Amino acid sequence: MMSEEKRESVATDNTPMLVRFDTVTKRFGSFTAVESLTLDIAQGEFFALLGPSGCGKTTLLRMLAGFETPTEGRILLDGDDIVDVPPHRRPINMMFQNYALFPHLTVEGNIAFGLRQDRASRAEISQRVGDMLTLTRLQGFEKRRIQQLSGGQRQRVALARSLIKQPRVLLLDEPLAALDKKLRAETQFELMEVQRKLGMTFIIVTHDQEEAMIVADRIAVMDRGRIVQVGPPAEIYESPNSRWVAEFIGDVTIIEGRAVARDAMATALGRIGVSDTDIAPGQTAWIALRPEKITMSEHRPGGDVNAVVGTVFEVGYRGDVSIYKVRLSDRSLMKVAVANVDARARARFEPRNTVWLSWPPQAGVVLTK
Amino acid sequence: MKNRNGKAEQGWGRRIVLLAPYLWLAVFFLAPFVLVLKISFSQTALAQPPYLPVIDFAAGWEGIRSFFSQLTLDSYRLLSSDLLYLFSYLRSLEIAAISTLVLLLIGYPIAYGIARTPQEWRPLLVIAVVLPFWTSFLIRVYAWINILQRDGLLNGLLTRLHIIDSPVGWLSTDTAIYIGVIYSYLPFMVLPLYASLEKMDESLLEAAADLGCPRWKSFWLVTVPMSLPGAAAGALLSFIPIVGEFVIPDLLGGSETQMIGQTLWTEFFSNRDWPVASAIAVALLAILLVPILFYERLQQRSLEGGRQ
Repeated sequence: MMSEEKRESVATDNTPMLVRFDTVTKRFGSFTAVESLTLDIAQGEFFALLGPSGCGKTTLLRMLAGFETPTEGRILLDGDDIVDVPPHRRPINMMFQNYALFPHLTVEGNIAFGLRQDRASRAEISQRVGDMLTLTRLQGFEKRRIQQLSGGQRQRVALARSLIKQPRVLLLDEPLAALDKKLRAETQFELMEVQRKLGMTFIIVTHDQEEAMIVADRIAVMDRGRIVQVGPPAEIYESPNSRWVAEFIGDVTIIEGRAVARDAMATALGRIGVSDTDIAPGQTAWIALRPEKITMSEHRPGGDVNAVVGTVFEVGYRGDVSIYKVRLSDRSLMKVAVANVDARARARFEPRNTVWLSWPPQAGVVLTK
Repeated sequence: MKNRNGKAEQGWGRRIVLLAPYLWLAVFFLAPFVLVLKISFSQTALAQPPYLPVIDFAAGWEGIRSFFSQLTLDSYRLLSSDLLYLFSYLRSLEIAAISTLVLLLIGYPIAYGIARTPQEWRPLLVIAVVLPFWTSFLIRVYAWINILQRDGLLNGLLTRLHIIDSPVGWLSTDTAIYIGVIYSYLPFMVLPLYASLEKMDESLLEAAADLGCPRWKSFWLVTVPMSLPGAAAGALLSFIPIVGEFVIPDLLGGSETQMIGQTLWTEFFSNRDWPVASAIAVALLAILLVPILFYERLQQRSLEGGRQ
């Protein structure tokens, strides 16, 4: 519930911008990692940089931390250009991908490291280390050495260490990549809880679109050094602005066609109704269809829906849903997700069965690139 | 049944493999040491071998009993009563300690420098460090005589540069010993240090910087502590052999107090006093056992620590 509230309160037009990348370019030799990129991140946001490896997301994060200097452009924090500020003077902390914990220090020594650099008093250090141990549920592990910890515990030490200085921005570089799937899922919710408790700005870098959608208030999808779309997870998922984004985030079937009316397109599958668009008739466009928006039935459904007939080609049972690949009249495959609401549902359609696939016109997203 | 047999065979194979190093140590270390230990409890004699007693197996049980009754602590009494030996030990320890310290001071920047050069240049620099080993140790020490003697290269250079007016007697001084020792043992210090510095994760320094640590400080808070095992290994690999060093002080040093290796040599070859020479060796081993055990414990710890 709280996270829902937060999603609405954050990222409105009047929230003050905390971090601004202003036409930032970073080149390594002849390779351009980040290309004239502009991005605003608001105070208190949980922001995700999402993209395939090599898209420049980590470079962007490292420029904010101060480990890389932009070739061109400015990086503003609270309105001040921080490009010339060395990393140790930036009120920004980072949780490293491999955690980069100091193996020669104990858990306590690692967590207190940042405060010690600020010459905090002994009493303050011990109090705040205690707070962090509580926050990350590491009480009792103070004196342990890093080598004696499990992967999950190391991850929490790294989090505590990067939070203790109460940075203006916390950067998380693939923070959960080293954890197994189940632990990762739990930790995602823990991260959200910590972020909400502290009201801090978190910027996470990940290549896992599911992770980005779960934790983040807003996502910037990156490809080859550029941001291709920024928005809340639901917007990115439901209204991708290109085929590339639609295909990168989740499963999708893309149908190519030509606009014939404001609300219809001619495709290899026949005339397909879409919601109103402003595409000029005759222009080529694509319809992106999410698997869960499609209904599968034995007989042709009635009503104002698009319906195509096909043959079940493959079924992938995933427990909660089954993913069907259905061969259509033009030999293309359409992915359909059917929720396994009752136990018998799984057996309903089998390979080689003839099925009808239908979806309302507004379920498809029309894309022009 | 077969399975069990197979297992037993595997167990035997394993045991033999494990036994090999112990056997090696028993034959080439323990047995000679027992001999030396035995000689150190003997007395000198004008005989071949030049000590008494010798076990007379022909006399049977009686022979063995008389052998043990003739063993004596005389050599050790001499070692502890004559200050010459004590000074010799102290001097060896002093030279080894100071040399090791200087080696650390010189070796650390070298190792650090190599570890921070671009990857493709490192093997070349490591070879450069090891290169002197390709020439005989003895020849290299002789070369230093040439450099350090009164009309040698060093004096020639310094005179030509007008730094000194008349030649300095470098040779046969402590300075010459230190130069020789430090030159010879530098690779033993640099290599373990380099190994520990080279494998250090760059992101640890970034993490330190990120947490508010300027560059010079992260060197002291992260780099130095992380390279301590390497420094300890290098220090012990230098210190232990330097204590027993003979060639360098003999060729480059003066005739004042001898290092313990020289004292041992004198006892053995000049005085033909095998028992005292053996006692010196045993006592030296006892002294060096302290740093050796320390080193062992350190290695054990780093093994148990299980580097990531």
